[in-house]
Amino acid sequence: MSVPPPSVVAMEERWSTEHVLSLAPDAPSRKAAGKLSSPAPWSGAGTDGSALWGECRGSGSTPYRTVVELTTPAYRCSCPSRKFPCKHALGLLLLWSGSPEAVPAGAEPADWAADWLKERQERTEQAAERRTAKAEAAAADPAAARRRAEKRSARVAAGAQELRLRLADRVRHGLADTGAGRPGWEEVAARMVDAQAPGLATKVRELDHTAQGDLLEEYAMLHLLATAYGRVDELPEALGATVRARVGFTTETAELLTGPTVRDRWQVLGVRDTPDERLTTRRLWLRGAKTGRPALLLAFGRPGQAPDLALPTGQVLEAELAFHPGARPLRAVLGTRYGAPQPSGDAVPAGVSPAEALAGYGAAVAEDPWTESWPTVLTGVIPVHDIDGWHLTDGRHTLRLHRAGLPEPALWRLAAVSGGRPVTLFGECGHRGFTPVTVWDEHGRPSGLTQ
Amino acid sequence: MTATRTEPAAQADAWEELRTTALLGTDRRPLPAPAGSPALVAAATAVDRTDPATALLELAALTAVRRRAGARPATGPSGGAAAAPADPRPELPVAAARRLTVLLEGRSGSAGGTLANLTELLPQWLATARARGLRPPAALVPALLDSARARSELRGDVVALAGPLGRWLAERNPDWRFVLRTATDAPGTGGAGDTGTAGDTGSPDTAGDPAAPGDEHRIWHEGLFAERVTHLTRLRRTDPAAGLDLLRGTWTTERAEDRLLFLDALQDGLSPADEPFLEAALGDRSKNVRATAAELLSTLPGSALATRMAERARAAVRLAGTGRALLVTPPAECDAAMQRDGVAPKSPTGRGERAWWFGEIVAATPLRTWTDDTGLTPARLLGLPVGDAGPDGKGAGQADGTWTDDLREGWARAAVRQHDADWARALLGPTPRPGRDGRTARTAGAPAKLLAVLPASERAAWTAAFIQAHGLGEAFQLLGACATPWTPPLSTAVVAALERAARSGTYPWSHSGVLGMTERALAPEAAPAVEALASDAAPDTAWAETFARLAGTLRFRAAMLAELDV
Repeated sequence: MSVPPPSVVAMEERWSTEHVLSLAPDAPSRKAAGKLSSPAPWSGAGTDGSALWGECRGSGSTPYRTVVELTTPAYRCSCPSRKFPCKHALGLLLLWSGSPEAVPAGAEPADWAADWLKERQERTEQAAERRTAKAEAAAADPAAARRRAEKRSARVAAGAQELRLRLADRVRHGLADTGAGRPGWEEVAARMVDAQAPGLATKVRELDHTAQGDLLEEYAMLHLLATAYGRVDELPEALGATVRARVGFTTETAELLTGPTVRDRWQVLGVRDTPDERLTTRRLWLRGAKTGRPALLLAFGRPGQAPDLALPTGQVLEAELAFHPGARPLRAVLGTRYGAPQPSGDAVPAGVSPAEALAGYGAAVAEDPWTESWPTVLTGVIPVHDIDGWHLTDGRHTLRLHRAGLPEPALWRLAAVSGGRPVTLFGECGHRGFTPVTVWDEHGRPSGLTQ
Repeated sequence: MTATRTEPAAQADAWEELRTTALLGTDRRPLPAPAGSPALVAAATAVDRTDPATALLELAALTAVRRRAGARPATGPSGGAAAAPADPRPELPVAAARRLTVLLEGRSGSAGGTLANLTELLPQWLATARARGLRPPAALVPALLDSARARSELRGDVVALAGPLGRWLAERNPDWRFVLRTATDAPGTGGAGDTGTAGDTGSPDTAGDPAAPGDEHRIWHEGLFAERVTHLTRLRRTDPAAGLDLLRGTWTTERAEDRLLFLDALQDGLSPADEPFLEAALGDRSKNVRATAAELLSTLPGSALATRMAERARAAVRLAGTGRALLVTPPAECDAAMQRDGVAPKSPTGRGERAWWFGEIVAATPLRTWTDDTGLTPARLLGLPVGDAGPDGKGAGQADGTWTDDLREGWARAAVRQHDADWARALLGPTPRPGRDGRTARTAGAPAKLLAVLPASERAAWTAAFIQAHGLGEAFQLLGACATPWTPPLSTAVVAALERAARSGTYPWSHSGVLGMTERALAPEAAPAVEALASDAAPDTAWAETFARLAGTLRFRAAMLAELDV
């Protein structure tokens, strides 16, 4: 059902260096891969459009055998590295993207490469079958499932009620009163985890790091969420789903994929990786060419490993997406893919003005009041840097640029691509400002701004 | 809250009321009365006020969502937005842009591995890309500028490559201020780093100054020291007389150490027109300024100082008898006039004072003096025996050879200062040949400096012959004086010498200096020969690894340079 069949469509367009380097798990891997990007260490390299393979001569006597399956992408290498993908896989991708003659197309995979690709396809099919079986098993005993759900709902409700009391208590004594003996929010967050409300826990934890000027707003939105959960069954179905998702209920991918899906040609608008000590979270934003719908895919990777989903910014993927339910559906999971990502016909996505962007965010808030920001393509804006920081202006209106962890070099790259001229910019438009993710240059080439 | 939105003052006040109440606590302060638009007042009135704290949170939620949903952008443009000037140069080919990304990524790298340190290859890439008149993609310009922040030797090429966009960015980001004080119109001035291919590309930013025409010299009067030196250097290259005028205007108010470096900047476009100024600088308070002025004057063959030096030289050296020998009478004292002309009275070397004064005089004397006076060629002059004139001036005093080295050394310094290829050639002597053991002992001065005076092809040929005769042991500085990439004959000579070194049982690390240079400078065409050496060397030895790495680097360089062909 959701198995991506290995594409037989030859990909004429090879990936950009930037995209290949974005697959690297860390900076040393990028550097090591750069050194393997020349034809010298490689032999027997080739591609059939959906996979790459080649043998890389290293310091040992036997060369390493490297295979990259491009659709997913997936990697396999005989080297002992624990990095994933390893420098050989990245080096092979760089070689393929930069020196087409060194990785000739239209070749038959070497035996060892073909074996692995076949094995991998079988494994993915089995995994999909297992997922289906699991979903069916869950459906098989609806009574037990309902009992479990009811039990959890009650615990979450108790947690939400406790949070309401805590918030009101603080407001009663005054936010300025940071007296001793008052439990920190970290402790309350732990209570929310116990109550199986991880969404509340995350928001509560952030309160310890919120500037005092913004505290009331954050308290109020959390109060609204906890209160809404208290009567979630009375809410319209879509809004109820939004409240459940924000509180921390999740829906299994397999379950989502059994529901309705949206097939479209999804243009990849941008990618942002957010690493912390335990997990790297990758956000991929898409927009349907036919439906115009925005979608957000999440992928995760352990330290030293790149998240398991990578799509080149600017390209188009024909696929089915299943959206998480909600008043303003955005987050989605990837179902069946129809072929590998292709270069987009019109490279620069259509966008809106700053005024329209903010109105669009307002419309999202009207449906889901907890919306912090909304994926937006701005067009015709000039990034401006002055003593107040960075702004985006179209000459008539100005949006503040919200850094949100964006590193300084990324902002200057944005300034360089613009050179003081209007550009098209994808990012998240919210009440704190606009956080850029991707900029398109004068030739319609996208540049990621998140690193 | 943010500057993103603008809202009516009444609404902002209502929010402030809520915040103040929350800050102090509902125990201490009553809930504010509902305010704002009728719809908001209606909704606020509907809020249950039994518990003031809960009611406050509900009112705040109502107001916060309303503010978010109704956010409006600030009107009007923010700040002045002058666009970067257009850059007419063609953009780098895709593969070359990718390569640049990789080279810039590698900038903090360490040596080792199967390839040379990428940071070592960056200068070559930059010089070549610049010479081809290409423009990097805008998105790479910030990383390019960053690469030159810590490596000032890259700045000339980086600033030229970054072009008008680089300057536009530098005007906005203080980290890149160096761009504004880097002169870009003399590529490859480093000598050893000279690629041989880089010439003035006529890129759009080579001329002129960022300042507006009205106050073109403002930077000279208000700028930082480095900016002022750059400004003076640029001006000297386009209009030497104007540069001199500028310097003369503020000369008396400059600090001694600044005067020294400004004087140095006059080397560009030095001409007899500068002589009166330099002649006056011989009376400067600072000893270093005086010495520099004297040195500059001595490179002006028609200058009064050069003439005075020639007179002293004629008094000190005489062609004896029938023109078969040179007799030396070193100066007996360093008089005030000599000191004013830059001769230090105390010898800073181990040599005696008279020999020191003598050497200074020869080094500052126009070399034409010797050939014109005697009618002999430099080679003939160098072949003459040199003796001490003795107390009676007849040449009986001292044994032959005492003054030979001093005279040759002085001539060598003069040849380097005056960029005299004929003399440099004669001083270097015939191309070295294997087995002849005259060696470098008879070559006066630093051969690498003399080589630098010769045309590139001659430098390479002489060095190749030297390496064939003497191996790599003493070749480091000579190789450094050769243009890169090395010519095929020089490359062949180096590869052959490496092969001999490998066979003789030495270790590669005893040649690490030469090897490092070889990775950067060997002609990429030599890759097959090096690969053959790698496969011939005993497997898993240091030499096998060294050759494999060298071959890999050569392939990398060949690929990276080929990508820049458009």
